[in-house]
Amino acid sequence: MTTSPYPILIILVPLMTSFLIPLVGWWRRSLCYPLILAALTVSAFSSLIILQMVMEQGTIHYHLGNWDPPWGIEYVFDHLNAFVAVIVSLTSLLIGISSKSLVERSFSKKAAFFYCLFLLQATGLLGIVVTGDAFNLYVFLEIASLAGYTLIAIGDDGAPFASFNYMLYGTVGACFYLLGVGYLYIVTGSLNMADLAKLLPPLYQSKPVLIAFAFFIVGVAIKMALFPLHVWLPDAYTYAPSAVSALIAPLTTKVGVYVAIRIMYTIFTPSFVKEFSSATTLLSWVSIFAILFGCIWALAQTDLKRMFAYVLVAEIGYLALGIGLANRNGLTGTVLHIMNDTMMMASLFLVAGAVVTKTGFRRIDQWSGLHKKMPLTMAVFVVTALSVIGIPPMCGFFSKWYLLLGAINARQWVAAAVLLGSSLVNAILFFRVIEVIYFRRPAEFPNQDRVQHEGFEEAPWSLLIPMLLFAAGIVSLGLLSGKIVSGIIQFAIPEGL
Amino acid sequence: MKIKEKGLPLEWIVSKYNYWIYIFLMMIGFYAMIGKKNLVKKVIGMNIFQTSIILYFISIGSKKGSTIPIAEHAAGGPIQAIQYINPVPHVLMLTAIVVMVSTFGVAMALLIMIYRRYQTIEEDEILRLRR
Repeated sequence: MTTSPYPILIILVPLMTSFLIPLVGWWRRSLCYPLILAALTVSAFSSLIILQMVMEQGTIHYHLGNWDPPWGIEYVFDHLNAFVAVIVSLTSLLIGISSKSLVERSFSKKAAFFYCLFLLQATGLLGIVVTGDAFNLYVFLEIASLAGYTLIAIGDDGAPFASFNYMLYGTVGACFYLLGVGYLYIVTGSLNMADLAKLLPPLYQSKPVLIAFAFFIVGVAIKMALFPLHVWLPDAYTYAPSAVSALIAPLTTKVGVYVAIRIMYTIFTPSFVKEFSSATTLLSWVSIFAILFGCIWALAQTDLKRMFAYVLVAEIGYLALGIGLANRNGLTGTVLHIMNDTMMMASLFLVAGAVVTKTGFRRIDQWSGLHKKMPLTMAVFVVTALSVIGIPPMCGFFSKWYLLLGAINARQWVAAAVLLGSSLVNAILFFRVIEVIYFRRPAEFPNQDRVQHEGFEEAPWSLLIPMLLFAAGIVSLGLLSGKIVSGIIQFAIPEGL
Repeated sequence: MKIKEKGLPLEWIVSKYNYWIYIFLMMIGFYAMIGKKNLVKKVIGMNIFQTSIILYFISIGSKKGSTIPIAEHAAGGPIQAIQYINPVPHVLMLTAIVVMVSTFGVAMALLIMIYRRYQTIEEDEILRLRR
């Protein structure tokens, strides 16, 4: 057990600040933005320190209120969640920076409430990552989801209705998770994840445990929008305000994937997963269909944000495939892809947000010739697009490489073929957009209201800096991915896999 | 298991009645969320769904012939766990109730937004308007 304050600061600072912000905003509205940045910086800084501590001395346990587990709640940091916590906190800090121009433009009067919810969302996501208690995870899951529903509903057009549908799905998902916790509590009488992992192995054959596993996986699959349960995602992320979709789209789904890894490989051990291999086989088949479906539906879209949403559905397929392969390479690919995909999706949704706030254009054909007006934004888009396709120096290539190795190790030839084929579809998908941006003239689209992008008018700096940082991250962390795997991720893979 | 030999004995169903009730309630809620066109009815269905899970948790904490988990209430002598209801699921459900209430609040706020935008809360009419 550790006595250093950083584990609790990750959660406590953004949580307390989020309640402070409406009060401060009532007094001075302009203070809200610096305040959330300060809170998120503290959180990101603490998570970086913890990652360093974990790399030096292994797993850290923090007992809340000095109650010993399994009675009290503990926060546990191992290599997996220290890594994910760094990703989540840094991404929410960068998205926080980018939210300035959007908030000033569309609802400056209610900025305080927006930032309050924004911080609550970040707190919820971080809380899911750091907690070592199954029920505590449910509470954080609902904090993140409730903040997400309200944030999405701020958007225009179909946003409230999309958010309502998301809420129905999300509630069912969370309830299934809670039922899973309940069934495990019946047979073990414990809620602590490490304690459950110790108590469960003799009970693997019992029916309540199997039912709990099924409820867990289906509930989490709804939360992370795995293919047949993804229905809420495209609408919700298309209509959400740009800063919101840039926060929620990359992080909520990735945190869902993290929860799936925790359940399958921490609460249930790799030996359980091997014993009931039909579950992982099913998961990998479902994710193969998710990849195919996401790519093909993305091809059919004309609205860019909606296209990105379907790309995200396919990416979740990749992540779930790595879990379903249940071998070392596959899981390494998933954990690496959690980082890469967070950066790629945040960058894509930020680009879409920058263009929409600057010009109001959402359809692909309206983006023609946009590189003259917003060269930097479009350069970021190209870098991200190359990464999503999986072209070597970008980070997207490396995680797909590990996933491919995992698929070959598991002798899942269909999965390997789909991984390669989906890269081709992604290439078609993104080169089509790149062609429209750089090489088409607006006049080639006769039915359009003539769209001319005259003059240089870049997105505001508050939006541009996070975008450029994400693009730099996509290239540099791609080059460093060997170091990341050997330094962090290889210790995050559970023993016996 | 004995079930396969004898079919479903009445005893087996009756002795686990709390689970049957929770499944029954849950399915009512699930049906309302999927089958009903009115958005308020969907929210009510969602509430029934969540309530059924609360009922389930409460019921797993209870024991026959036991009392509330305060030391004085049971017969004297050293404290024996068998004499008391397990309080942990009940405490968990206090949190779940808070979550449920806030979900309900958010749902109602969303319904107000939807009504202001479309002047209706019937799902098929909204879908027709959005086409």
